[in-house]
Amino acid sequence: MPVISVRNLVKQYQKSTQRAIDDISFDVDEGSFFAFLGPNGAGKTTTISILTTTLAKTSGEIQIAGFDTEKEQSQVRHQIGVIFQNPSLDLNLSAEENIRFHAVLYGLYQFRPSYSMMPTSYKHKVTELAEIIGIQKELFHPIKTFSGGMKRKLEIIRSLIHSPKVLFLDEPTSGLDPLSRKNVWEYLKEIREKNGTTIFLTTHYLEEAESADTVAIINTGKIVIKGSPEMIKSSLVQHYLLIDAKDRERLQKELESKKFSFDIKENGFRVVLLSNTPQQIIQSLDTPLSQMVVHMPTLEDAYLAIVDGKK
Amino acid sequence: MFSAIATIAYRDFIKFIRDRSRIIASFIFPFVFIGILGSSIQSNLGKNIGYNFLLFTFIGVIGQTLFQSTASGIISLVEDRENDFSQEMFIAPVSRFVIIFGKIVGESMVAFAQILGIIIIGIILRVPIDPIRLLQILPFTIVASIIGGAFGIFVLSNLSSQRSANQIFPFIILPQFFLSGVFSPIKELPPVLFVFSRMAPMTYAVDFVRGMYYMGKPEYAKVVLYNPLFDFIVLSGMFIIFLIAGTILYVKKERNR
Repeated sequence: MPVISVRNLVKQYQKSTQRAIDDISFDVDEGSFFAFLGPNGAGKTTTISILTTTLAKTSGEIQIAGFDTEKEQSQVRHQIGVIFQNPSLDLNLSAEENIRFHAVLYGLYQFRPSYSMMPTSYKHKVTELAEIIGIQKELFHPIKTFSGGMKRKLEIIRSLIHSPKVLFLDEPTSGLDPLSRKNVWEYLKEIREKNGTTIFLTTHYLEEAESADTVAIINTGKIVIKGSPEMIKSSLVQHYLLIDAKDRERLQKELESKKFSFDIKENGFRVVLLSNTPQQIIQSLDTPLSQMVVHMPTLEDAYLAIVDGKK
Repeated sequence: MFSAIATIAYRDFIKFIRDRSRIIASFIFPFVFIGILGSSIQSNLGKNIGYNFLLFTFIGVIGQTLFQSTASGIISLVEDRENDFSQEMFIAPVSRFVIIFGKIVGESMVAFAQILGIIIIGIILRVPIDPIRLLQILPFTIVASIIGGAFGIFVLSNLSSQRSANQIFPFIILPQFFLSGVFSPIKELPPVLFVFSRMAPMTYAVDFVRGMYYMGKPEYAKVVLYNPLFDFIVLSGMFIIFLIAGTILYVKKERNR
């Protein structure tokens, strides 16, 4: 049974004449990494808001870990952790206070006004988590001084304290520098491998979705394509070899005579790689080449092909 | 449930005591109204009205601060909702009633902290406070705070953004300052103002605090509008309506955008 099941989800905002989400359906298997891509306004944040019970749907059926998101909201919230697009740490509190308040709200511990009054099990847990993200010395300092990457890691740790089955991440690395982004993703990978947590990601950074098990691309409220990154890339974007020569006419005649499928571009000849490898094609050509570029399809190519309306 | 309420309330209180600029700002308003306005009117009209106007204003400002501070704190949920830890609260497996009640308790604690500042200002300005009476009534003044919180929820349920909150709030709170008798007697008013005055929840909050303080004192009949029990009954009714209707409308509005 999938851990997230969405059937015929529709959302139309009250003051809108158009549907923000237009009859989408998908499943997410437990322990998998599901990436939800789309341009601004496509419906990603609306979808994640509905799945995390903060926004009501217009129609459709949604189940998270076996619980209905409309009728069993509290049970759903026990099963999920959320990393919001806007940071949700309280900058007036220390790292430990942010963790403590979350733990109490999720019913893991009773309220105590200070760290020293908390149970030993809590103190061990917090010490362990502080070591993981390297904030042992800053644990009791206000988090205003933390870097963006450290704050995000703290949010992720905080959201995992209650051992959720699903972690929702709404553009989690937005605004972070490349090193911080890399660190956050390495940490998420460790968590997934260690805890088997299901990851549901929305992102603008397409390279983050390259390692997903399933990618769904949404545009104007509809899921345009869904599948593994490899499947999407191969179905939408060609794998090709771009070659050129000083004697273009000779190269063109040779390509025609050897019956290679190609297009003539401004910067050369684009030879589609169907059954031949780039090496086979290059070795078969006698014309001296001035340019050889192998193009491997990326998710970005597929995404742009959809968003630009070419497919 | 109680742990969740305590956590939410404690967070609001911690935020206040760590925010120096907010603490300083909370002294300025009472100083202006008690120190400047109250002193001025007491000096010029005090002998003719039959009671100490500075003390009248002081007690009025206590009631007003408790009401307004809690209401403002609740209304700030509009912005908090989008920007910080409050997002976290709304994702947590606690009911919306618990969140809102926790906020009311927290902002009431903040309001009481501000009252301490007002008392210090009163001592500095030599307001003729009866300290024992003041200590006796302080626990009861929580009523003004709680009704302010419930009122805040009711207003919040009709707001969609912090911008609309900033635009509407002055029109909702400022008239109540003058119509509720915080620093002007309102026993006699022109008919239209009388009606608006008696519709304002702050009127009963301020009158309740005054009624409790002046009970048994010679100036009671001059400064108090109604019996504190009557004020309490009216406030209780308003509280139930504001809290229940406000929370239901707020939750519905938040989810059914």
